Amino acid sequence: MAGAWLAESTVARFDRSGVARAARWHPAEWAFWLLAPAAYFAFPHHLVFVSQIAITALFCVSLDLILGYAGILSLGQTAFFGVGAYTAGLLASHGVGDPLLGLLAAGACAAILGFTTGFLVLRGADLTRLMVTLGIAMMLYEAANKLTSLTGGVDGIQGMKVEPLLGRFGFDLYGRTAFWYSLVMLFTLFWVARRLVHSPLGLSLRGIHANAARMPALGTPVDWRLSAIYTIGAAYAGVAGALLAQTTQFVAVDVLAFPRSADLLLILVLGGAGTLYGAVVGTIVFLTARHLLSDVDPQYWQFWMGALLVLIVMFARDGLVGSVLRLVRRIR
Amino acid sequence: MLTVIFDGIASGMLLFLISVGLSVTLGLMGFVNLAHGAFAMLGGYVCVMLLNQAQLPFLAAVPLAAVVAGLAGIVLERTLYRRLYGAAHLDQVLFSIGLLLMAIGAAHFFFGDQQQPVVLPHFLHGQINLPGLDIGIYRLFLVVTGLAIAAGLELLVRRTPFGARLRAAVDNATAARGVGIDVGSVFTLAFALGSALAGLGGALGIEVLGLDPGFPLKYIVYFLIVVAVGGSGSIKGSLFAAIILGIADVAGKYYVPQAGAFAIYAVMIAMLIVRPEGLFGRRLAR
Amino acid sequence: MSAVLETKGLVRCFGRFIAIDQVDFRVQAGARHALIGPNGAGKTTLIDLLTGFLEPTAGDVLLDGEHVTRLRQHQRARRGLVRTFQINRLFPDLTVLESVLMAVNERRSLANRFWRAAGSFDAAVDDACAVLADLNLVEVANVRTRKLAYGKQRLVEVALALASRPRVLLLDEPAAGVPAAESREVLETISRLPRSVTIVLIEHDMDLVFRFADRVSVLVNGALLAEGEPEAIARDPAVQQVYLGEAVDG
Repeated sequence: MAGAWLAESTVARFDRSGVARAARWHPAEWAFWLLAPAAYFAFPHHLVFVSQIAITALFCVSLDLILGYAGILSLGQTAFFGVGAYTAGLLASHGVGDPLLGLLAAGACAAILGFTTGFLVLRGADLTRLMVTLGIAMMLYEAANKLTSLTGGVDGIQGMKVEPLLGRFGFDLYGRTAFWYSLVMLFTLFWVARRLVHSPLGLSLRGIHANAARMPALGTPVDWRLSAIYTIGAAYAGVAGALLAQTTQFVAVDVLAFPRSADLLLILVLGGAGTLYGAVVGTIVFLTARHLLSDVDPQYWQFWMGALLVLIVMFARDGLVGSVLRLVRRIR
Repeated sequence: MLTVIFDGIASGMLLFLISVGLSVTLGLMGFVNLAHGAFAMLGGYVCVMLLNQAQLPFLAAVPLAAVVAGLAGIVLERTLYRRLYGAAHLDQVLFSIGLLLMAIGAAHFFFGDQQQPVVLPHFLHGQINLPGLDIGIYRLFLVVTGLAIAAGLELLVRRTPFGARLRAAVDNATAARGVGIDVGSVFTLAFALGSALAGLGGALGIEVLGLDPGFPLKYIVYFLIVVAVGGSGSIKGSLFAAIILGIADVAGKYYVPQAGAFAIYAVMIAMLIVRPEGLFGRRLAR
Repeated sequence: MSAVLETKGLVRCFGRFIAIDQVDFRVQAGARHALIGPNGAGKTTLIDLLTGFLEPTAGDVLLDGEHVTRLRQHQRARRGLVRTFQINRLFPDLTVLESVLMAVNERRSLANRFWRAAGSFDAAVDDACAVLADLNLVEVANVRTRKLAYGKQRLVEVALALASRPRVLLLDEPAAGVPAAESREVLETISRLPRSVTIVLIEHDMDLVFRFADRVSVLVNGALLAEGEPEAIARDPAVQQVYLGEAVDG
């Protein structure tokens, strides 16, 4: 039946590799993820820091999904990160200390917020979206700042008790459990995201990004698709926030502050949006650089970050991973 | 209560002065320039230097600060901004955030993080006390200046040849070029004018809004609200949006201080839900 | 015979400008219906109104007798009302195969699937390949759309429409601005479409109209001036006046 509608021409089983190949795991990807656990042995005294990298990478993946793939310009992912962190934190300080349960609840709360605010974000063009997402994040920040009885304000939630993971692995000062916990969650959610972006849904999101006006003519309910990915992105950010809360046993209003949004955008651009790996690589490079240069005056850091951003946009728009992929394509 | 409204209008005037340039560049070049607040900051710092180091009188320092900001606008537009006119909005946002961070870093470096004090001239001190309404002289000065400039801008845009070229370029740059309008210099002049006005607003605003390296980040949301709600490219829209925002902000801080900036964001989101294209703006094509 | 696509008293104003003026447009099932008229007559606007790209100021659009005036673009597309655009609206960074596959996925309601890779749905990929084969786009299947010549891109524009297996296909100057080779391709593919597909064609090329259409509507200043078989329209003095400025003897 396929192909019979148009003409008698045969269905050529020609080079369909373009579509099929992209979904298969490349050896470089295997290498990347197999190397990750090696960090446990390579940096035994920096496990907390490496966990932070994994958590931020997950947070950045959430931004890549909505910005890099679906093209939704957002400065408000911190809203979901914060909601996730506070959900986990509040649960832990009120007797529900199981980490996985907290993670689930955080993801769910963030997803609900994402779904309800998603429709506001979908209206209007890029500037409006920027404003609305920023506005929602800032509103939550202000609310968290004022409702200190609930959130603990700048000092954070008091009395968080995170129970051992799976009943056995306690969160210790060395960050061993934190390391494996964050890394496994990152990998699992990354894997799901990877499947998503190569699926028909992922393809339609890329289409919406490339030409949103054309999509309805193909039969696409654009608003629902965008709402779906926005909700998923929100859930991812919420889980990242919960991971931060649980691994550091601390949540304060800075999880909702604007600098986190700006940093996240910089990281994604540095690594390369729309590649998923760009989010991870960008995080590794950025946080490591910041760690190594931590004794540099913050003003200098700010200035050079700005300069870097300007240079990337003008000369290396695809970011680290994007540029590498472009080179590879050209060689092939 | 009337005092609150009056103060709100004065704040609104400052916001208008600073934001109108952003509205024009967005409506004209379609460029999302988040670094716009940096021109206001530049105007503020130049004004402070002229007042303190060069001992210039206030009414001389302020316009000079605006001119410097305008010149900076010309330089940056010609060298950097114009390379990104056709770029995706995301790229423009990232670029302007980068410039903004550089500007803030530089401000820290040269001036340190403290608030810059400014001493107003005598004739701008004091208040007129009416029943139910206290009119601060400086705030009155701001309102009058703001209205004068708004009127001047409208005249410029509606009655002068430059204004006609500007409106043509906003409407359809390609057609404007086809008719022989040098769209490139229209852009540059508009950008320069917008930056100069921002510098003016920044200089005038030191007394009311304060001045420190964090200024652009603190107020960027306000500027964007004015543009998004007022509709990009609309002078009238910016004026109305800025006044509404100014009143909402001052009233909010006065009557419901616990809410903080929460009210501002809520108002903005509400307005954007109802009219995603802003009060006066045209629907931006996606 | 009832009309598969029709409008009743359709009006569209832009401010005080009346772009479409009380149009009652009827297309019979299986027709090859050409829509002609001078530039600025409102032909594209009419298509925009039919497909839901624009909302009418007044009047109704009916598809198979069903009122679709309230339905949005994607809902009408799902009911088989598909169009191409006069100026290509494509997906620059997607490959040709990806673009067409996207359209096929929508038709097959696969676009919500998020777990399996898009390339693993063989039937869908087969459908996409078939469309590409018919339009001679096989060699460029894995090329990004932005890299194609305009003529090839036009073929992709048509491929997108065909991939949706329309019941009613609205073609807005499909061969416009396209080199001869590609325009032949387009027209041959369209002429091979079965009669189960109704085709409305906006065209300026009169040869094409006479070769292809079995019915012609003439739109002038937003109103339907005349409608009938091609030969009758060609002889109609009012139509001649519009095109030539004066009636022609004969």
